[in-house]
Amino acid sequence: MRQLGGWALDSAVGGGASYADVRVLGERHRSLSTKNGKVGHVGDEESLGVGIRVLLDGAWGFAATDRLDRAAIEQTAAHALAIARASRHVCRTPVVLAPEAAHQAVWHGPCEVDPFTIPVDENISLLLEVDAALRGVAGVTLAEADLDFRRQHQVFLSSQGSDIEQVRHLSGGGYAALCFAGNEIQKRSYPNSFGGQFQLAGYELIDRLQLLENAGRVAEEAVALSRAAQCPRQVGTIILDSSQLGLQIHESIGHPIELDRVLGMEANFAGTSFLTLDKLRHLRYGSELVNVVADARLQHGPGLGTLAFDDEGVPAQCTDIIRAGEFVGYIHSRETAAMVGDMRSNGCMRAESWNRIPLIRMTNISILPGPQSLSPEDLIADTDDGIYMETNRSWSIDDKRFNFQFGCELGWEIKHGKRTRMLKNPSYSGITTEFWNSMDAICSRPHWTLWGTPNCGKGQPQQTMGTGHGAAPARFRNVRIGTAYQS
Amino acid sequence: MPHPDPTAPALSLDETRARAIFAMVCDANGDHAVEVTLAATVSELTRFANNTIHQNVAEEHVSLSVRTQTADGRTARATTNRLDPEGVRAVVARAGELTRLQHPDPEALPMAGPQTIVPVTRFFPATAALSPADRAAVVGDIVSEADRHGFTTAGVVANQQGALAILNSNGLEAFHRETSAEYSITMLAIDSSGWAKGNAPDLSRLAPVAAARRAAEKARLSAAPVEIPPGRYTVILEPAAVLDLMGFLFYDFGGLSVLDQRSFLTGRTGTKLFGDNITIRDDVAHPLQSGAPFDGEGIPRQATTLVEAGTVRHLVYARQTAVRMQREQPAMQAAPTGHGFPLPNEYGEAPANIVMQGGTNSLDAMIADTERGILVTRLWYIREVDPFKKILTGMTRDGTFLIEDGKLQRGVRNFRFNQSMVEMLNQVDQLGVSERSSGEESFDMVVPPMRVHGFQFTEVTRF
Repeated sequence: MRQLGGWALDSAVGGGASYADVRVLGERHRSLSTKNGKVGHVGDEESLGVGIRVLLDGAWGFAATDRLDRAAIEQTAAHALAIARASRHVCRTPVVLAPEAAHQAVWHGPCEVDPFTIPVDENISLLLEVDAALRGVAGVTLAEADLDFRRQHQVFLSSQGSDIEQVRHLSGGGYAALCFAGNEIQKRSYPNSFGGQFQLAGYELIDRLQLLENAGRVAEEAVALSRAAQCPRQVGTIILDSSQLGLQIHESIGHPIELDRVLGMEANFAGTSFLTLDKLRHLRYGSELVNVVADARLQHGPGLGTLAFDDEGVPAQCTDIIRAGEFVGYIHSRETAAMVGDMRSNGCMRAESWNRIPLIRMTNISILPGPQSLSPEDLIADTDDGIYMETNRSWSIDDKRFNFQFGCELGWEIKHGKRTRMLKNPSYSGITTEFWNSMDAICSRPHWTLWGTPNCGKGQPQQTMGTGHGAAPARFRNVRIGTAYQS
Repeated sequence: MPHPDPTAPALSLDETRARAIFAMVCDANGDHAVEVTLAATVSELTRFANNTIHQNVAEEHVSLSVRTQTADGRTARATTNRLDPEGVRAVVARAGELTRLQHPDPEALPMAGPQTIVPVTRFFPATAALSPADRAAVVGDIVSEADRHGFTTAGVVANQQGALAILNSNGLEAFHRETSAEYSITMLAIDSSGWAKGNAPDLSRLAPVAAARRAAEKARLSAAPVEIPPGRYTVILEPAAVLDLMGFLFYDFGGLSVLDQRSFLTGRTGTKLFGDNITIRDDVAHPLQSGAPFDGEGIPRQATTLVEAGTVRHLVYARQTAVRMQREQPAMQAAPTGHGFPLPNEYGEAPANIVMQGGTNSLDAMIADTERGILVTRLWYIREVDPFKKILTGMTRDGTFLIEDGKLQRGVRNFRFNQSMVEMLNQVDQLGVSERSSGEESFDMVVPPMRVHGFQFTEVTRF
């Protein structure tokens, strides 16, 4: 891989690039699914390619190829330079990169059990056992289960002398039970919706998820939902489980703090942000209990955003985003750091694969747990009237990240400190800063989970990225509930 | 004036090379039936923001996907981008090993034999040859339009060429080549914005500078937007907004989706579900459509009437779904329509070339005929709230206007909607001329602008 990267780097620099970096990435991907007692799909995919990014007179060019002979790589480097020359024709402000030292490193992410050593028939057997347990509950009309494993091996070389090799294993799995009952479809997922839980881990994650142990309960809840009362429309108190709070963080904190959005670079597609530069250290984003970090370091946990270096060769860091409710930090790149006068990037440039440029992406954007011991049961006991919502079902937010609406799979009515009855179709909506300022309780560390969101879309051409979000159940007051089902 | 680029990669797949690779796969394969899917792409995209090209990328990529199948119905797929002999042998071995580990499936059909595929011409050399300098020139013109108004602009100008081949050991061969060109333009003023997008196989059908003028005009007209209360309004949806909503319906028209009881059409096929003026077809051969004329197994796509005068007429079927539907619900009279996804998969099939019947009104005429309502340029972040009522939520974006007395009066702050699509398609009272349209939430379609009564906005955002 280094030889391929070296050919590319030499060609780019020899062709006149003032800066160049090269990523050579090999990826292996295994995905499996079952549905209603049969295998849905089994796939094994591998890919190896080279992405070459160059700066020429302050203008960017990028070209990528999977033809890996020397002539093809040199042609691709020449094409990246030709693209950069074209960029110069519409360039108002030349790109400047914030300084970064050269780094040499080899890093292997955590992986106790290489998922590719687990036989595929063992994977299928697990999924079919889960499937049988789900369909063993009368009323379940559709059962789906998935496993997903990736191994990413990347060598990053830059004209500034960096040589960084990283190996990351990403694992995930989960399932859903659906109940069609004549005029509605209800669904329960475990451990999270849209494919389950994902982390920077090996097969040990799948063992820890206790998939089979929870299948009966999840299936029973799906059926019970079809007979449950409709979530009322009201303004009131909600408690979000940690997975839903993770997605709430992703949409209403993670995206608006991306400095490329703030600076208008994503205006055509992903949108901009209400967090204009004047808001930094001048906005009360949330209540005193709201402390949020962007932390790509391994000590934060094995998240989808955990890495040793980003795809610009900047080391993983922890950045305070919200401190005791005050907005104090963005996530950025070497380019945007220089644009706003920061001395250094905080290491959030990530590319989907070898054929895409790195963009500012979330690493692990997490809310810190509460300092006082507080369990979900304690929180419910402390709530006189409210709704506990579990597991995301729908999510939507405007292109500046003010107004959001989320739907969840299941709600529990809380009366006088006790869960009383199940509610179907729970939803809530609000304005980002009003919502976070209404948070008056969050559970403590033992109830905090680092969730993986594997499907975050951004960029043109669009890239899908995995992000991490640590969260614990939390309570919010005076929230609009049930607007999704307004008639 | 074109600016040829000698460094640009060429498309690395044609019929001759596809057959040669297939022969290598067959040599490496044992006794299994085998299917090969080859896809090659060269794509380039120039992205601009703040009136500057800030990202400018190119990619060439080829993939070889091998599916093997045993006589007892075991099947699996392995994919690589290594096309050297060693890479080909390795991917065939991986597919064979995965297949061996599957469970027998007595319902699996043998691979299809030779098919008669009517080719469609969607490869335009001038589109393929568009160079970085050519795209930069187009961006320069768009930026000039922004400068003329004192606006900031962001967007993309892109072109792509691709080739697709499916061959199997039962003699099926399917080939397709296609180009596409695309622009997407946002014009940003102080407190307003406008947007326009276009995509076509043939670059000459696009007029990005005229689109930039339209986007700029929307930004100008929607300046200083006012907040009006949410509620039910008469709404005119421009085609991009229509297609982004329609895109959430069409997976439900797959036969397997109905058999799995996850479709909102479960138990509703053959019923009159929408208004008399709603007719929707899937037609890959339509002159404004794009895409290959065959599905993921190489079966020819057939024109299919999905909805006729409000009645759900037909679903689409992959081969295996059709057999299962014939067995489980014979009244559906299912037959393969050539809409299957590559096997093996759990989703079956879906329409891919939507053509919605329009009317004769122009958008301007529809506005002029509206006493009070809202004009929606574009929708954003649409998600399904309820899968059976087909309630969707999302936001308006980049040009939302109050219409009064047949005129655009002013811009309004953007709304959140929560709207049942079943209800909405019963409340359409005017359709404009259908056109090829592009959005961000769904694939391109041929759809009209539509006027809807009682469209439900539930909240207003801050801009």
